[in-house]
Amino acid sequence: MAVGKEIRNQIKSVKNTQKITRAMEMVAASKMRKAQDRMTASRPYAEKIRNVISHLAHAHPEYQHTYMQARDVKRVGYIIVSSDRGLCGGLNSNLFRSVVRELAQWSKKGIGIDLCTIGTKSTGYFSRLGSKVVANATQLGDAPQIEDLIGSVKVMLDLFESGDIDCLYVVYNKFVNTMTQVPTVDQLVPIEKSDDKELEHHWDYIYEPEAKDVLTELLTRYIESLVYQASVENVACEQAARMVAMKSASDNAGGMIDDLQLAYNKARQAAITQELSEIVSGAAAV
Amino acid sequence: MASTMIVDIVSAEAQIYQGTAKMLFAPAVMGEVGIMPQHTPLLTKIKPGEVRVITEDDQEEYFYVSGGMLEVLPSGVTVLADTAQRAHDLSEAAAEEAKERAEKALADHKDDVDYAAAEVQLAEAVAQVEAIRKIKKRLGKG
Repeated sequence: MAVGKEIRNQIKSVKNTQKITRAMEMVAASKMRKAQDRMTASRPYAEKIRNVISHLAHAHPEYQHTYMQARDVKRVGYIIVSSDRGLCGGLNSNLFRSVVRELAQWSKKGIGIDLCTIGTKSTGYFSRLGSKVVANATQLGDAPQIEDLIGSVKVMLDLFESGDIDCLYVVYNKFVNTMTQVPTVDQLVPIEKSDDKELEHHWDYIYEPEAKDVLTELLTRYIESLVYQASVENVACEQAARMVAMKSASDNAGGMIDDLQLAYNKARQAAITQELSEIVSGAAAV
Repeated sequence: MASTMIVDIVSAEAQIYQGTAKMLFAPAVMGEVGIMPQHTPLLTKIKPGEVRVITEDDQEEYFYVSGGMLEVLPSGVTVLADTAQRAHDLSEAAAEEAKERAEKALADHKDDVDYAAAEVQLAEAVAQVEAIRKIKKRLGKG
């Protein structure tokens, strides 16, 4: 029957789209679980290092590392962690909006900004915006490796050490649960000292080689691990956001199919009625 | 006096090992160290190599680490590994290959940066091969 050919085609194409979005939803769900596992797996490392650092800080209260000294802020650095791919709802745009708001505040005070972008999306966005991007890392995939991040983190830390920037932040999406991801800004350096009174003690480590070297290495690793954690968390957020976005896309496709089906049925019914009345009136005429 | 200590081996990406041990050997920068319970607090860098743990029930566990930090407290030891994986996961062929690649890069070095990077790579590969060989030998005996 020639009736509703266009509608039938449309239904078919919407159904195909729905199949794709449903598949993406399921893929995102399983990837999200893996990303969450990685998130929890990376936590012990950062915790251990934090313990060692606070031990150290208490054993040597007189010794202040550069990374622990607060300075007057004349220029700031941001590490912005975003996803590599789109189709994940408003995840990246929410993040960028909060970053842009922060950056605007800094520039109102006349403070310059250096950016390090992680992920294709932020690289594209901030270079279009004309910000000063000094380092970037893209194509980290679903399981970011710490090796891929070390380079860009080092660029930022070197800037801090040479006094080009006085404060370094990391921006990423914090994973609250599947439905909620919160754009978060954390300060990396100068490291805020914890006031843990329980840790007061009267012993000190033996250092091999020197305390200063060991501390530098520790702090660098600590910061790297924080950035790593941020990017792993962001991957979990990306997958969660994609899962939700694809779920609503599948639901919308379902609604659309229902509407189209109704329109198609109506058209078919109308065609049959018309044909019938034509036959009846034809017969009556004979 | 406690005769065991808690050993934690963690890398940035995962927790590798946690358990109680009688002794731990690690390749510190100033030379190989053996740590027993009640050791005085020590903080040191470690080189690429093998970390050996003798567990409570006299089992030996091996881990390959490509550098990192070692924190020793009287109650336990924490290894903050750069990348640590279970030693038997390493394939000797891959390590040899990495070594060859590094050696090749070392042979036609263009500038100092490449040279330094290659040297590190070579040291890591040699340590990996060494660790695997040792483990194989022990497994062969036992």
